[in-house]
Amino acid sequence: MSTDTSAAIGPVEGGSLFDADNPAPFIEAPRARTKKTPKSTRGNFEMYAWLFMRLSGVVLVVLVLGHLLIQLVLDGGVSKIGFAFVAGRWASPFWQVWDLLMLWLAMLHGANGLRTVINDYAERANTRLWLKGLLYTATVFTILLGTLVIFTFDPNIR
Amino acid sequence: MATPTMDKAEAAGTPEPGFADTPYITATFRIRRFNPEVSDQSEWEDFEVLIDPKERVLDALHKIKWELDGTLTFRRSCAHGVCGSDAMRINGKNRLACKTLIKDLNPDKPITIEAIKGLTVLKDLVVDMDPFFQAYRDVMPFLITKGNEPTRERLQSAEDRERFDDTTKCILCAACTSSCPVFWNDGQYFGPAAIVNAHRFIFDSRDEGGEQRLEILNDKDGVWRCRTTFNCTDACPRGIEVTKAIQEVKRALITRRF
Repeated sequence: MSTDTSAAIGPVEGGSLFDADNPAPFIEAPRARTKKTPKSTRGNFEMYAWLFMRLSGVVLVVLVLGHLLIQLVLDGGVSKIGFAFVAGRWASPFWQVWDLLMLWLAMLHGANGLRTVINDYAERANTRLWLKGLLYTATVFTILLGTLVIFTFDPNIR
Repeated sequence: MATPTMDKAEAAGTPEPGFADTPYITATFRIRRFNPEVSDQSEWEDFEVLIDPKERVLDALHKIKWELDGTLTFRRSCAHGVCGSDAMRINGKNRLACKTLIKDLNPDKPITIEAIKGLTVLKDLVVDMDPFFQAYRDVMPFLITKGNEPTRERLQSAEDRERFDDTTKCILCAACTSSCPVFWNDGQYFGPAAIVNAHRFIFDSRDEGGEQRLEILNDKDGVWRCRTTFNCTDACPRGIEVTKAIQEVKRALITRRF
């Protein structure tokens, strides 16, 4: 965002394009803070969300890199992956727990990241509402579907 | 920048043609003008000023206002980097006009000057600071104590004073808050300046309102919206480690909750 002093010379944001006939757009604060805003929110949700991002991130480094290593590098690489390979791994509760943990942590981590992106970039309350609604729906759907598959996986399916 | 004196030029007997023997240069100042009485749009206006590059941007603004265009509007009070009135966006970076030397800005190219971002522009370089000061008021930037007032001075050890020394330097110029991309979005985030001033009391051993302030900053628009982009630390004209202060408030929140 901020630029080096010596390099930041000259018009900012394409300022040279503007003159009296073609003026720059007026920047106005979207919603000014007043005595009544923001509404105070008791509770520690934002703190837990912030902590969750850090902790899940650390765990995901191990889970995801391990997952990629097993799937793509070891034992002949990507060509070995098939129905039989997945069925073989999910026969063990260890890999079931690994994949379940990875699914939940990655989905919640990503969803929370997108939630903060929406909070930071969507300016209108309505836009935020719809984007977050879409995000939460997609997250819940993916997590539930993935969990269902892991627990009800049948290697003998036809 | 060579600055030959008059004596030397005379002694040499051959003064260079042009301005070679004067320290003055012609610098272009590209200022973002906004006048709500004329247009709802702002526009860039160039001013050419003959000025010593060892002077400050504020001196150039004075020269423009006093000699070229009296309608140019900007805030300044002490003009020496203490009052915090003249924070503006100079060459795309928030600085104090009274602490920025022209020679440090490469005066060969136009020097752009505009109002700080994220606050409503009232005229030219003057913005509405009310939202900024509202966030400041919300963190209760004053000493809170319980019980009777002591009859003597509230003493404090040098180590306890050192704990929050960095954040006492704030001059409330809004350079940090108006450089924060999270604040730009909707202006509801408390902003670096309010958190810095909360930090100054939260970590003061004499103060007993730390828990209240932490609760306020635990809010949806409190410290957790900080994305550690370090824009505030880069912008601070007093060299306060703003992002570090925000992180210390986060850490205090976590350690006091668990």
